[in-house]
Amino acid sequence: MRVEICYARPQLDGRGAKLLKNLQASGQYPTLKAVETLDVILLDQTCGLNEASLVGVFADPVVQQGRCDGTGPSVSPLADWTLAIEVSFKAGVTDPVAITAREALGFRLQKFWPEEAVVQTAVLYLFALSSAATAAEIAQLTARLHNPLIQQAIVLNRLEWTQGRRFPDLYPVVKITSGGRAENVPLTALDEAALLKLSKERLLALTKEEMRAIQGYYLDPEVQKSRRSVGLSVEPTDVELEMLAQTWSEHCKHKIFQAEIAYHDKVTGEVTQITSLYSTFIKQTTRDLTPERPWLKSVFHDNSGVVEFDDSTLVCFKVETHNSPSALDPFGGAITGIVGVNRDILGTGKGAKPIFNTNFLCFGDPRTPADQIPSGLLPPKKVLEGVHRGIVEGGNHSGIPTVSGGFLFDESYLGKPLVFCGTGGVLPAKILGEDATVKHIEPGDLAVMLGGRVGKDGIHGATFSSLALDEASPTSAVQIGDPITQRKMSDFLLEARDLGLYKGITDNGAGGLSSSFGEMAEASNGIRLDLDLCPLKYAGLAPWEILVSESQERMSLAVAPDKIEAFLKLAHQRDVEGAVVGQFTASGFVEAYYHKTIVAKIALEFLHGGLPRMQLRAVWVPPVRHETPLGNPANLKELLLKVLADPVVASKESLVRQYDHEVQARSVVKPFCGEKADGPTDGAVLRMYPWSPKGLTVTHGVCPRYGDTDTYAMAMNAVDEAFRAHISVGGDPERASVLDNFCWPDPVESAQTPDGPYKLAQLVRACRGLRDACLAYGLPLISGKDSMKNDAVMNGKKVSIRPTLLISLMGAISDISRACTTDFLEAGDLILLLGETRPEMAGSIVEKVLGHQLPGTPTVRPRRAFAYYKTLAQALRRGLIRSSHDLSDGGLAVALAESMIGGRCGAQVTLDEIPGYFWHQATDAELLFSESPSRFLLSVAPENWEEVQKLFSGSPLSVIGVVTSSSQLIVESRGKRLIEVELDELLTAWNVLATLV
Amino acid sequence: MINVGILTGFGINADLELGQAFEMAGATPQFLPLTSLIEDSRALSGVQILAFPGGFSFGDHLGSGRVFGQMVKSRLKDEVDALLARGGLVLGICNGFQTLVKMGLLPNIEGDWTPTVSLITNDHGLFQDKWVKVRYNDKSVSPWLRDLQEADLPIRHGEGRFVTLNEQVRKDLKERQLIALTYENENPNGSQDNIAGITDPTGRVFGLMPHPEAFTSRFLHPLWRRRREVGSLGLKVFENAVDYLK
Repeated sequence: MRVEICYARPQLDGRGAKLLKNLQASGQYPTLKAVETLDVILLDQTCGLNEASLVGVFADPVVQQGRCDGTGPSVSPLADWTLAIEVSFKAGVTDPVAITAREALGFRLQKFWPEEAVVQTAVLYLFALSSAATAAEIAQLTARLHNPLIQQAIVLNRLEWTQGRRFPDLYPVVKITSGGRAENVPLTALDEAALLKLSKERLLALTKEEMRAIQGYYLDPEVQKSRRSVGLSVEPTDVELEMLAQTWSEHCKHKIFQAEIAYHDKVTGEVTQITSLYSTFIKQTTRDLTPERPWLKSVFHDNSGVVEFDDSTLVCFKVETHNSPSALDPFGGAITGIVGVNRDILGTGKGAKPIFNTNFLCFGDPRTPADQIPSGLLPPKKVLEGVHRGIVEGGNHSGIPTVSGGFLFDESYLGKPLVFCGTGGVLPAKILGEDATVKHIEPGDLAVMLGGRVGKDGIHGATFSSLALDEASPTSAVQIGDPITQRKMSDFLLEARDLGLYKGITDNGAGGLSSSFGEMAEASNGIRLDLDLCPLKYAGLAPWEILVSESQERMSLAVAPDKIEAFLKLAHQRDVEGAVVGQFTASGFVEAYYHKTIVAKIALEFLHGGLPRMQLRAVWVPPVRHETPLGNPANLKELLLKVLADPVVASKESLVRQYDHEVQARSVVKPFCGEKADGPTDGAVLRMYPWSPKGLTVTHGVCPRYGDTDTYAMAMNAVDEAFRAHISVGGDPERASVLDNFCWPDPVESAQTPDGPYKLAQLVRACRGLRDACLAYGLPLISGKDSMKNDAVMNGKKVSIRPTLLISLMGAISDISRACTTDFLEAGDLILLLGETRPEMAGSIVEKVLGHQLPGTPTVRPRRAFAYYKTLAQALRRGLIRSSHDLSDGGLAVALAESMIGGRCGAQVTLDEIPGYFWHQATDAELLFSESPSRFLLSVAPENWEEVQKLFSGSPLSVIGVVTSSSQLIVESRGKRLIEVELDELLTAWNVLATLV
Repeated sequence: MINVGILTGFGINADLELGQAFEMAGATPQFLPLTSLIEDSRALSGVQILAFPGGFSFGDHLGSGRVFGQMVKSRLKDEVDALLARGGLVLGICNGFQTLVKMGLLPNIEGDWTPTVSLITNDHGLFQDKWVKVRYNDKSVSPWLRDLQEADLPIRHGEGRFVTLNEQVRKDLKERQLIALTYENENPNGSQDNIAGITDPTGRVFGLMPHPEAFTSRFLHPLWRRRREVGSLGLKVFENAVDYLK
């Protein structure tokens, strides 16, 4: 049975209108006249509801009509359609609309729609083309409308329709007959080659050393005795092997950050042995800062980092990446990334409430011509569109404002996009009198799985993201998050938290139950899981699949036996599914049962401590560069317009406007500012409570191109960028903490990666830069993540990303009424430049635009900068500064243009008094476009200049110009006019992306 | 004391700030999960205002507000009618407005909850978050709108395009002064007659697409650093309701 719903009148279908506009803008469909879309609900039974009732469930009586006999297209307002394409989800892929449709049907029936009944949805697109569509056009359209990895598309033309062909009454459903029991995987007798083969065939992503360690465990006579005593074979079961592979995956164990590294600097001759980059540079940095940062509450060991906001409130922050899934299914990958990191917040301490999302998205240039995209890869524009839609739905539907983030475009992200998803949360300092950051799980507590059901989605996600992408990458590694199911769970959890109904909580992300319960089991020293008790989406999953599936919207909890009834009752009432799937023990083992038969027994000590440390080699040789100085290009206006139109610098408003950045009513500094609300801001400022002046700042720093010369400088710059943005919006210099997210190309030396030692040296140097900047600025690292295999191999060609370190900062602002924005406020205000300008052009945006290498790596001198950061914070608190914009991509010239755009005013500027010891070594072009860090473009009222000057005495600060009431940017140097450009010209260049996506 | 019942659940998500806005206006908010009300609706007998917050109930699947509206209408219609009969108020913002419209409580000209208007996908097909200027109808009898002329408010929706069943309904809305507020300067979603919000004939049921609850402080206005005066706060809407019931 097909229920087909369409609009009853023309011009009401906004979804169709949007598609038509996009298709026409692409210029690829010259004969396309109109598009109309229909919603289709497919049912295998109607439970006695007649046609009118079914249409009534799904059609809006004011504007829509429906049919149940498969002839929907013939009543659509688009009478002259010539081509129809129907897109539906493949069997087993989450279909959130179908979940709602099932609820609506059940509601009409006044009881649950039968669980075994099939409910599917599809979207039917009707196209009117003035001439018959060519095969190429049809193929192109179909490719645009669906992702064959997760969806199927069926095409019918008008002739076929007239001849009586119809769309299916039902799409195939998952029917799995295999699986259902655990198998033994003999490995105790295998040689090294056979072990490696096993690892590859089962997608375990384990090395020969790791396979050897596993083999050693199963050969241990004590282990064998213990296994025999419970009736297990001495050979591992597939359940055990999968659990080990998941727990030991690069994704979950961060093996490279834990490795033993022999670092050799060929320049200085330094030879150092580093045991764990993570302990040495990240944990130790925070430990060193802890005495002076008493507001650190819970760092590194929970799902997100927790700091104190005030006496009664804690805030937490976490950023994750979801790169590999987004490369395959951009929409599903991104939305899953968002709802996944939301769960990290829900699983922090006793449970926190998400209050903001951030995202940083890195793609290939969306203008890349098709013939320059390696085959097998999605075009970057399609990746961008899908990821963006995922971020929009993930955030908006969850009711979490997307307050901050950015887009980066670089050819190195063609192979793998980077999708950084962050979430901040809030929790009371005490819950029912107990410290909210503490979980205590004891033997006897029940293990509960909450939320969605388990299916085959996302199997091997953890191990798969630990491999490079190739043509054979598994499609089952894709999951699609459903924000609404999760929102219901999240509402329930916060209610249950405040009633004290559970004792411990963590999220189910990569690795599923294996990861969540495997980690929680450490608290009580053991767990018994009964895998057959897990609610399944469909029958036939093997026990190992239940254990490692990454089906979404699930949390794992520890519930005391005397609270379980109340817990499950409330869950049921709130329409959230929960099931007891085991019990915490003190056995020292993870034990799994399936229908009362034991299928796994692994010592916790081995599971978490048995992984051999990797031994790696890092060799630093500075890259060979062919640099030519920028000199003084004749047409600086043209260069400025080119820089403004580079996608990295250009306005992203058309994309960002689609994010709800204001739900929860906290946004004091929004993504945009200024007269027409289109000037970019440096970061977000959020209020926490309507009655309190205290707020939060959220900013980012990332600059992968500086890594071309040295990742040490790159890391310092990333920290500086995030911190100076925090200062620029009015943040407290002594109250900020940061997260580090490393995305690297594979740095492990191998036949495929002969340059591993260099890439690893880059990682070591980035870690050192991170540490040095954080220590100098007093910025504790409170959480982080790394993703180390961002390479794609397609047709034998390897595409590796530029090493990328994203710094995300969450800070405090003591008085939101002193928050600052980047827009010039009033004509006559003095324009100031704070911070030293040096001829530092390597890795700059101008270098990218011109396409040849320029000298001078931007170098952070944090001790010098920190002194005037504190002064600026003081000036902002005293209300002496009218506008503040931190200089980043494109340097002074771009900052001037952006502050003018915000203010819808002009500026007259001279380069004669640019602060800095080396200004005289720089050409005018370098003064304008240098990307020296730690600089701000400020404006102050003339009457405040004297006071500002006094306050900043000894700091590198000069008046460089004045805000004018004209609409021109005028830049002069030694009496010579260098640039004279109209605001409108700047806007046109800067808004180049508005029509592109 | 004025009790406000704020519906929650199934993807509603602007409940917290709506509660804060009523609290700032002097009322006492109470969050009522729809799942609880369906089992036991007695909590509704104690409220003077029932508010439907913004959000994405059921993910806007199958049309924004439709499934949520069907649930409320089939389980709580009598209780809502009773609330109105005793002089209470009903408010729907964004997804709440969509819900009120789809279940027929707005504009409800005939008094029988028959849907006669709808809110559908924006004409440009996109979700947008931006601030717009709105003009309130000074001829409206609605207690929610007293002393309001114009204001800046944020909109955050993908389905805010207001349409009527037919010309008669369109005419009725105009002639009976049921149009509560309209978009000024620009029409951000293709709404018929620039309609941003409507009331029922009593004026006591009020729904709108913009978010007054997101403008309870000058520091939430996008131009607060550029303007000494940021105009009438959204807070005024909630104060009006509380004053009326006092």
